[in-house]
Amino acid sequence: MKKTITCIECPVGCTLELDIENCRVVKVSGNKCPKGHDYAIEEIESPKRVLTSTVLTENLPIILLPVRTDKAIPKAKLMDAMRELKPVRVKKRVRAGDVIVKNFMNLEVNLIATRSICD
Amino acid sequence: MLRERELIIVGGGPAGMAAAIAAHESGVRDILVLERDYCLGGILNQCIHTGFGIRHFKEVLAGPEYADRYVNQIQSIPEIEISIKSFVVKLTREKVLTYLKPGQMHEVKAKAIIMATGCRERTREMIHIAGTRPSGIFSAGLAQRLMNIDALLPGKEVLVVGSGDIGLIMARRFTLEGAKVKGVVEIAKTTRGLVRNRVQCIEDFNIPIYFSHKISKIYGRNRVEAVDVVQVDDTYKEIQGTLFKVPCDTILISVGLIPENELMEMAGVKLDKKTNSPVSDGLNKTSIPGIFSCGNSFKVYDIVDSVTRDSILAGHLAAEYLKGAK
Ligand code: SF4
Repeated sequence: MKKTITCIECPVGCTLELDIENCRVVKVSGNKCPKGHDYAIEEIESPKRVLTSTVLTENLPIILLPVRTDKAIPKAKLMDAMRELKPVRVKKRVRAGDVIVKNFMNLEVNLIATRSICD
Repeated sequence: MLRERELIIVGGGPAGMAAAIAAHESGVRDILVLERDYCLGGILNQCIHTGFGIRHFKEVLAGPEYADRYVNQIQSIPEIEISIKSFVVKLTREKVLTYLKPGQMHEVKAKAIIMATGCRERTREMIHIAGTRPSGIFSAGLAQRLMNIDALLPGKEVLVVGSGDIGLIMARRFTLEGAKVKGVVEIAKTTRGLVRNRVQCIEDFNIPIYFSHKISKIYGRNRVEAVDVVQVDDTYKEIQGTLFKVPCDTILISVGLIPENELMEMAGVKLDKKTNSPVSDGLNKTSIPGIFSCGNSFKVYDIVDSVTRDSILAGHLAAEYLKGAK
């Protein structure tokens, strides 16, 4: 089976032509760099996305702390992940990159802060 | 006596920070950065999605993370003075700046100025939409601020008008926050935003996208209740019999960006009437020698990495000008 997808790894947005056999990618073309090849395989065999959102803070100068997963998580888990974030509260100052939730949802990714809390 | 500074940079977003650091690298030792918000970073602070820094840092970062790297760097340079909560209200051809700080007004003269005031959202197309003017109509960037900074959800059933990047990104954000995005209506045949945003923000969540469509009427007295959507032909004329009504409580407008250059206009810098960019004979230059412009106030860029690259050049350019002026 042939399939065309768009690589979302960078703003170039290459159009990738795939040959798929039994749900496996056997050939990728159209990618301008090797990342496109890996993306195509993952997108067909187990699509993943980095989740970006915010969590509430308590008694800090900003109401919301922006966060993201440090690696992509299965696309199908995005809505569950949003529910997991709801009760999280950040109570002390953090720096961008600090881990907010370790091993988030047992997915072997960490939830990290993407902003430092300034005064 | 008016206080005189070597270089003043208006705006502490990615453009202003990169320009300041570059000017310092080129030998300027007296730099003042004026930022109207209470912290540096500009619009990046509300752009919590990833996709920043791929070219510049060879890493995929969220907007605030990208800003943070520059904030750390700029704060480590003692010759760069950062003045936050500083809102510039006046700029003259003689390079005299007036700015307000809570409870204070300052006037200062600069030998060189770099304007890094960014851009704002276009709203002009809105004028052509018939119907009432209830609440519930937001620009995509305003909705982004409300959701990502102020912890407010602007609505529960959303229609996005225009397919600029912020609109697409906000469609995903609303969906993740539990709102229903009824669709994206785009008058052109393709998305205005990056393809990757169409894939990961719209297709990922099965949000309908209507190309060659526009909204023709807004319903609702106090709050938006519904919108008429209609297909258009190649000349953007409505095609009869294609009209359908979409119930929704919120409309997001995402029809592109335009440089924010009121201050430069005030000083007499020549601006292009259509694009609002300074009329220029080279990157980052304006019609007034010693007044430079960089980042989205010079022209609207697709990605922040390019803003950084060109703003670095603006910093060097201003440094060169100052050397010549001595
Ligand atoms: S294949 Fe490489 S260049 Fe093309 S979009 Fe993907 S990451 Fe970017």
